[in-house]
Amino acid sequence: MRRAELTAHAIALGLLVLAPWWLSPYDLSLLGRFLAMSILALGLTIVWGWSGLLSLGQGVFFGLGAYALAMNLKLAALAPGDLPDFMVWSGFSRLPWWWAPFRHPLVALAAVVLVPAAVAAAFGWLVFHRRVRGVYFALLTQALALAFSTFLVSQQAYTGGFSGLTNFGPLFGVQLADQKGQTALYGVTLVLLTASYALATWLSKSHFGRLLVAIRDGENRVRFLGYNAAPYKVAAFTLAAAFAGLAGALYVAQVGVISPDMVGVVPSIEMLIWVAVGGRESLAGAVLGCLLVNFGKDWVSSAMPSLWLFVMGGLFVLVVTVLPRGIGQLVSVRVPRRRPAEVAPAAQELAGQ
Amino acid sequence: MTELGLLVTQLFNGISLGSILLLAALGLALSFGLMNVINMAHGELLMMGGYVAYLAYRLPIGPWRLPAAMLAATAGTAAFGALLEMTIIRRLYGRPLDTLLATWGVSLVLQQGARSLFGPVGVGVTAPAWLDRSIPLRGIGLPGVGLPVVRLLIIGLAAAVLAALALLLARSRWGRLLRAVQDDRDMAEALGVNSRRVDLVIFTIGTAVAGLAGAALALIAPVTPTVGQSYIVYAFLVVIVGGLGSLTGTVLAALAVGLLSASLQLFATVSTADVLLLLVVMAFIQVRPRGLITRLSRALEEA
Repeated sequence: MRRAELTAHAIALGLLVLAPWWLSPYDLSLLGRFLAMSILALGLTIVWGWSGLLSLGQGVFFGLGAYALAMNLKLAALAPGDLPDFMVWSGFSRLPWWWAPFRHPLVALAAVVLVPAAVAAAFGWLVFHRRVRGVYFALLTQALALAFSTFLVSQQAYTGGFSGLTNFGPLFGVQLADQKGQTALYGVTLVLLTASYALATWLSKSHFGRLLVAIRDGENRVRFLGYNAAPYKVAAFTLAAAFAGLAGALYVAQVGVISPDMVGVVPSIEMLIWVAVGGRESLAGAVLGCLLVNFGKDWVSSAMPSLWLFVMGGLFVLVVTVLPRGIGQLVSVRVPRRRPAEVAPAAQELAGQ
Repeated sequence: MTELGLLVTQLFNGISLGSILLLAALGLALSFGLMNVINMAHGELLMMGGYVAYLAYRLPIGPWRLPAAMLAATAGTAAFGALLEMTIIRRLYGRPLDTLLATWGVSLVLQQGARSLFGPVGVGVTAPAWLDRSIPLRGIGLPGVGLPVVRLLIIGLAAAVLAALALLLARSRWGRLLRAVQDDRDMAEALGVNSRRVDLVIFTIGTAVAGLAGAALALIAPVTPTVGQSYIVYAFLVVIVGGLGSLTGTVLAALAVGLLSASLQLFATVSTADVLLLLVVMAFIQVRPRGLITRLSRALEEA
């Protein structure tokens, strides 16, 4: 990193670390959940920005992580032997077997990352191994998001249905809804975001990261150089899903509720606009875009709720047609637009090795 | 109702759903196959057709109300489609994923616009009496089974649109130009074909079909601001299964998805059927990743 970049990162991190002292509790709680979502945005940068795989199903992985933790928190709120209310209504007398392991917080925390990663790896392998890509991949991930959210709604006895999971108990004995719990969660979120950011930055400079960009720009050239592209794409997609799961868990811990309408087709696409606004290839842009769009959404929808969809729709059109590189394009020197024929610098770089 | 009767009913429902999906997917398949444009606002164009039909249907012109409503829906949506192509989509050629995002933005604006104009509650076109009944199949040994005339009309409409499109593609001048551009855009341009204008015409035809489909849908279900959303994902599954080769693929895929969805609903709830449908499509693309009917090509880089 250059010195100016390092300084900018240090200042941003400093501001975020000191945020509990200079922000009101309300703004801090907003910032905390938006920072959690930025972890998902980092994953989107890897999978969409670098690898060129437009995933319209990140909400699924966000949801899997969120539900994994929410199941534990739901059980923690009950006396031993009791069942969640929606199961009682459905006439259950015992906890379903696959709910039982989530009693243990460590199992639930592991599942937060492992379950989304496993689902993404399986889905990704099925798709990429048959060299399905581009638009086909995007549409399949969207169908996945639709299937996931309808599934959650329909299996009310197991998932809480349309209203989802809420009324949570403590995690490791800490009441998360308290002022203290919220501040602690903010700290955890910030640490995990920093770690994810560092990991992603390191990846961007690694052989793996450069291969992803090369695959995006010229998959066949990469294949002719002797690489099988599928495992790299599966790995990128899986990593992004793990990030999304982590984001979902941090989000649900702070907000205290998760329901199918936060994970379906519409929220999944909404996640893309965060990254698109910030500039789809840039990690800093992902975090910045996520914060900007979400604070903007909070501001617009509290002023005039019906306006937000117009704003977001307009943003999609505007960013894609006028600012394909995001807001960074506004401040930086104008780069001549890439033509398809001159892409693939990364592939050339690999070829030269 | 007998077992056979139930089977016939579901079969009919499947074909009926398939013909609606076909009307919804034809425009998508045209613009995707020719221009590599994914139009996420296609569902909202369907919705727009429904609303225009609803407005036109309120005109006091007696028995001509229904054809007038259908015509107005087709023409109005086509005009909007042409505008959309000229203002946004034209800027994004060669970036299919970006057309997807931009048109998604358009769809959000249209949805919220419809909500502001017409409210969140659905409006409907009450079908005239001659449409609002069923043809009983008692005469051929199926008591209790009836085929709703409205759905027969929609099946007929889908067949007519399909025939017209096939004729247009195979016989007309525009059809020839279109096939030339689809086969080799650069070569066609070199021979003097204005490919931009071909794109515009095809996109407009696709949106016109969507408008007509919306008007047809308004006859059987209320038009709501989100009605497009409920069909668009299936329409895209149809496009994926059908492949980009030809109309035949789209037709077969629409029927397959419609029948599959209807038969899954025989033994599963609607939402479980959705999940199963996705699983079947996933399994299918393992066997044929490029869809049912593919264009033969020696090109390595295809979209």
